[in-house]
Amino acid sequence: MSRQIGEVILDLKNVSLAFGGVKALTDISFDVREHEIRAIIGPNGAGKSSMLNVINGVYRPQQGEIILRGQHFSKMNPFKAAKAGISRTFQNIALFKGMNVIDNLMTGRNLKIRSNLIQQAFWWGPARREELAHRAKVEQVIDFLEIQHIRKTPVGRLPYGLQKRVDLGRALAMEPSILLLDEPMAGMNVEEKQDMCRFILDVNDQFGTTIVLIEHDMAVVMDISDRVVVLDYGRKIGDGDPDEVRASPEVISAYLGASH
Amino acid sequence: MLYRENGQFKTSYAADQQIFPIAQDRWAIVGILVFAFIGVPLLVDEYLFRAILIPFLILSLAALGVNILVGFCGQITLGAGAFMAVGAYAAYNFHIRVDGIPLLVSFLLGGLTSAAVGIFFGIPSLRVRGLYLAVATLAAQFFTDWVFLRVPWFTDNASSGSVSVSNLQVLAWQIDAPVDKYLFCLAFLVVFALLAKNMTRSAIGRQWMAIRDMDVAAEVIGIRPLFAKLSAFAVSSFFVGTAGALWGFIHLASWEPAAFSVDRSFQLLFMVIIGGLGSIMGSFFGAAFIVILPIALNQFLPALGGLFGVTISTAGISHAELIIFGALIIFFLIKEPHGIARLWSTGKEKLRLWPFPH
Repeated sequence: MSRQIGEVILDLKNVSLAFGGVKALTDISFDVREHEIRAIIGPNGAGKSSMLNVINGVYRPQQGEIILRGQHFSKMNPFKAAKAGISRTFQNIALFKGMNVIDNLMTGRNLKIRSNLIQQAFWWGPARREELAHRAKVEQVIDFLEIQHIRKTPVGRLPYGLQKRVDLGRALAMEPSILLLDEPMAGMNVEEKQDMCRFILDVNDQFGTTIVLIEHDMAVVMDISDRVVVLDYGRKIGDGDPDEVRASPEVISAYLGASH
Repeated sequence: MLYRENGQFKTSYAADQQIFPIAQDRWAIVGILVFAFIGVPLLVDEYLFRAILIPFLILSLAALGVNILVGFCGQITLGAGAFMAVGAYAAYNFHIRVDGIPLLVSFLLGGLTSAAVGIFFGIPSLRVRGLYLAVATLAAQFFTDWVFLRVPWFTDNASSGSVSVSNLQVLAWQIDAPVDKYLFCLAFLVVFALLAKNMTRSAIGRQWMAIRDMDVAAEVIGIRPLFAKLSAFAVSSFFVGTAGALWGFIHLASWEPAAFSVDRSFQLLFMVIIGGLGSIMGSFFGAAFIVILPIALNQFLPALGGLFGVTISTAGISHAELIIFGALIIFFLIKEPHGIARLWSTGKEKLRLWPFPH
């Protein structure tokens, strides 16, 4: 294990997000260090997915700011986030159902494509060369995730567990520096969860990708993450390494509903 | 048994990414092209050219354009007729106002003008989608109907809005015999179909399909909806506009705005729905179904009646034609909502495994 946790790469300061009268996030601050696996946990409706959506600009917080590698973003948008090297997977798989696995992964290479529409229409020099080069990259991701046998299957026909894996593959094809995973193991059986854990750890270890993940399976979270943030009703109630968080009375009461 | 890919190993990504990865498909397409360019002109009479083949080729081209927008990018449009009209009238204006402009250039300029208008009417797609977008593009239809009827400049001051062209030639090639028109349209269609296929299998095509399938996810991985949607409108309108120029110049030779009415828009939309959304092949199937079937029924029904000793009146035939045509559309949409192209690809998949079930 050569992985070394570095400096703070992503810093969220006093983020508040409301939908009308509903406060999804209230004054939340936490940071993510380079190369670490950072988990966000909390009961249903705690604001975990909203948190990810704020990080990659799908939601605009009313207050607070996002500092990415020292750069301040008060208004992030998905395109900027993607350019800055943030990619993500979705809780309810958001693959492109009409396309096959290769094409889905190729969309992840979109930001790296330089040829223009005309060159592509004529399948002309640069466009053709790029297509081949990116295909080779995508095949590496396919090998990594062990999905060679389904590379030409339309993703709509794949079983749920494999779709989750393709979703991860599309995010990896972007070669992100920060990877946001929204419940990567929801609805999976034990073997699928083990595979997914292995992939997450391998990504982190081999590519040094910083990972922010949301997960409900406490055993998994406590096992693979370096630090954990706990949210409840849009507020942060715990932050620290897994043991600290597990011992915190506030976290226990949020999860077990103990009386105060 | 013959349709097998056994033993055809791909050793490079280039070989894997070609348009027809299976050798039998490549031979079939070469065969079809040779037949279309050489066999058909030798075999077919003038009526078939005028009534079936030329309209089929031009409407296939237009359907290809509509399919790029509706099938690949998921933006419903009811303005296809308008973009055909823009292409036709723009090409006409370039043709008469610029001295010595080559015919091909005026067609392509017509297409480009249509692309620009397409981008303009595509702007609402950034805000609205689905049926609401369809209504917004319908505005393009009424707008162009009005412009070409009421603004005399566009029709070279012809009071009725009717314009005509004659004496068309490309380089030294006079295009007036039906067979010349057929070959001209065929060449156009082959080139444009190739361009469309290339676009849909490269980055721009993946952007369109990503926007169609899941626009939020597309944005998250770095696809700009603005560029993807407007480029689909531009390319689609370019294809449709060029088809419009061909329809006016080559097929009709003299036309008025009614040639590109809202009926045409609906017809093109039906073609891509029946043929297969998101399939190049489907555009051809759809155009064939809608252009050829009514004529085939018209010819075939009296013969069928004669077989049973029944004489069907002319009115009866045209009624029956509509009934059967409508019933077939409903049948197809129920049995295979993804269109004839899906039937075709399912058939090919079965054939590859035949005689084994899987």
